[in-house]
Amino acid sequence: MARIGVFICHCGENIARNVDVDRVAEAAAQIPGVAHAESYRYMCSDPGQRKIREAIVAQGLTGIVVAACSPHMHENTFQNAVEGAGLNRYLCEMANLREHCSWVHSDREEATSKALELIAIMVEKVKRNQPLAPIRVPMTKRALVIGGGIAGIQAALDIANAGRDVVLVEREPSIGGHMAQLSETFPTLDCSQCIMTPRMVEVKNHPRIQLYTYAEVEAVDGYVGNFTVTIRRRARSVDESKCTGCGACTQRCPQKKIASEFDAGMGQRPAIFIPFAQAVPNLPVIDRTRCTMFLKGKCGLCAKACPAGCIDYEQTDTLVTEEVGAIVMATGFDVQPPTLYPEYGSDPDIINGLQFERLLSASGPTAGEPRRPSNGEVPRSVVFVACAGSRDPARGVPYCSSICCMYTAKHALLYKHKVHDGQAYVFYMDIRAAGKNYDAFVHRVIAEEGAQYLRGRVSRIYRDGDQLVVRGADTLSGTALTIRADLVVLATAVTPRPGSDALAQKLSVPYDAFGFASEAHPKLRPVETNTAGVFLAGTCQAPRDIPDTVAQAGGCAAKVLALFSADQLEREPVVSRVNEATCVACFDCERVCPFHAPEHRELRNRAGDLLRVVSHINEGVCAGCGLCVVTCRSHSIDLAGFSDEQTFAEIGALAPF
Amino acid sequence: MPTASDIASEAALAFRARIEHLSGQTVSSCYQCGKCTAGCPVASEMDTDPARVMRLVQLGARERVLRDEAIWLCASCETCVSRCPQACRLPRVMDALRAVAEQDGYARDNRGAALLNRLFLAQIRAFGRVHEMSLVAGFNLASRRPLRDVTKGPSMMRKGKLHLLPQRSANLPAVRRIFERVQELEGSET
Repeated sequence: MARIGVFICHCGENIARNVDVDRVAEAAAQIPGVAHAESYRYMCSDPGQRKIREAIVAQGLTGIVVAACSPHMHENTFQNAVEGAGLNRYLCEMANLREHCSWVHSDREEATSKALELIAIMVEKVKRNQPLAPIRVPMTKRALVIGGGIAGIQAALDIANAGRDVVLVEREPSIGGHMAQLSETFPTLDCSQCIMTPRMVEVKNHPRIQLYTYAEVEAVDGYVGNFTVTIRRRARSVDESKCTGCGACTQRCPQKKIASEFDAGMGQRPAIFIPFAQAVPNLPVIDRTRCTMFLKGKCGLCAKACPAGCIDYEQTDTLVTEEVGAIVMATGFDVQPPTLYPEYGSDPDIINGLQFERLLSASGPTAGEPRRPSNGEVPRSVVFVACAGSRDPARGVPYCSSICCMYTAKHALLYKHKVHDGQAYVFYMDIRAAGKNYDAFVHRVIAEEGAQYLRGRVSRIYRDGDQLVVRGADTLSGTALTIRADLVVLATAVTPRPGSDALAQKLSVPYDAFGFASEAHPKLRPVETNTAGVFLAGTCQAPRDIPDTVAQAGGCAAKVLALFSADQLEREPVVSRVNEATCVACFDCERVCPFHAPEHRELRNRAGDLLRVVSHINEGVCAGCGLCVVTCRSHSIDLAGFSDEQTFAEIGALAPF
Repeated sequence: MPTASDIASEAALAFRARIEHLSGQTVSSCYQCGKCTAGCPVASEMDTDPARVMRLVQLGARERVLRDEAIWLCASCETCVSRCPQACRLPRVMDALRAVAEQDGYARDNRGAALLNRLFLAQIRAFGRVHEMSLVAGFNLASRRPLRDVTKGPSMMRKGKLHLLPQRSANLPAVRRIFERVQELEGSET
């Protein structure tokens, strides 16, 4: 026989103002099965919780309804209170008298009767609640990090240094990402490679990090704590075990004029190449789309040049399977090519910010001296254009790319340092320099380095003889301007890496209209995703700079390590369950489930003969969304704590009214 | 209007450097917040407000700024100085602009504030003090508006604000020495 306790909260005046709480308490006591009903000013306070615990013990209550605010707010509070009195926490329900009643109604009489209805509904539900126990699942304490830029490197090192094994997968032939391409970093002007390469080497040498470069995640199965990941290792055409990285093959290759990806097209590479001098691993790879051997079936010069005999034209992709418990997505960004606006035209002397980084980098194709791509001369006048695609909902992307204000200021400064008599102009809309010491840096560039900042967008760029003519405006003086430039650097929009949306789909991670992966909560769960066990680091989530990326990667590592700190995973027991006796094995549940929770279970007799195959919900994966419940044609699936029986009883509770 | 060459040219940059040198102020540090304009008591009389004057100097828009009446309207009250977040002494920039305008002949045809400024200094040089009666009379004649503000004369006379004869400063030689020194300095400068 159910003995239900009903506890009505005044919520100060929030509920009591519009609901006659005393009358509700009196009426609630008359509902069949209710053994105790009372109201109190603040149920969530310590004395309020004590009232609940004391009533459970004194009256021998079998279920609790707290009529107060939203369960989002305090369900956990009251479940803990109930558990403290020895009752199962899932025998506590909340009726929302605040958001669903007192806040939205002004007629006190009607609100009072609605409050009683809400309570009656929950009384009928809690009468049919079953005690539930948290689901415990084993887990693999090993992490997968996807992406070997600074975000992935930082996350991998933090996790590995804490004593957990890490699998790091990088799509390119070397780790390092964009940070390895940069010249110097704002606002302190640290040499990017100098601070990056030691980390890359640390990754390579770390006993707890398994590094796969030139590899991609092919498939992800399983769930938090128990992912199975298939990784495609693309054929390098070079035997990694024998190669010493001597580079003889790259020098011999007859194809020498292929635009280098690492130099953002500012330099050239052969068909067999090591991306850059500090590459990790320092191994060459054959670009099969450009290699003469693969295109025409003859050449083989690199194989002849190799003293160790490690060129292997027959090598094929291989698939590797790794078991991991958590996944960090760190796939990074791209900057758009400088060709978005037709009014800017396309000219070899119009480049984007990343290309200018390579021209400024000491390891770049010009050894750090800025030179015009058209004729190799040092530019005497450079125009930088911020927001060249960002904050342009009509033709570019509507969002701010976040890093351009700062790197453009840095570009102007580095250019002035390298070309003392050169003139730098910066067209901007706003200067967004919110980081530590950032604003001071920008003003140093303007006031001390003499960069001429002009507030306005550039309307047109065209070639006039040897120079480019840039037409723009300075809205601060209300002036249209024309500037002659030797080089134009466009701060094009930051976008997610191509293919990161496909990867997000494999990981069941939502992403926004632009392809940036979505965090679980913008404020309070910024590195988690809505898929348990999958975390986000760096620019795959939104444009951000290096310090923020490193901090976020550290945050991911902390979340992964916290997940691994328990022996088993504990999950909410609100999951679907299949009635195997009535399941007709149509597997519609399998088709609708976004989490891949339904599995095929074989029912066998004692002799081991197969009787039937039925659906079985993997409790470790099920998120309790209920899609399968409403899809099941034989009504064989119920959600624990939200069964059909409970729902119908809740509706039935409204009949007397 | 500044043209392309106004900004990109060496001359434009040289002009900015000259004003920065004369005024001792880093004009390029101005980030155009507009606080000077917001507090300026004569901004409402200026076609080009103080912040925009700064901007024109940043751009090196020489012609436009030197022909502008605004540089002559600044009363050097220093309200902007006490409020500027970049600690720029804007009146010194205005002074530098007036000096350059005077030297380069931009003020010659000015029949407004520049003319008054010139007559004012001539009187200080002569008497060590301003003689309002002859200053206003001279200004009205030179600017070819002889009857301007003439109705205000009688009441100012009654209140003892206007004197028929000029009064001399007690220390006229000291004032003269100031003028000589300034002339010397200007001679040594561009």
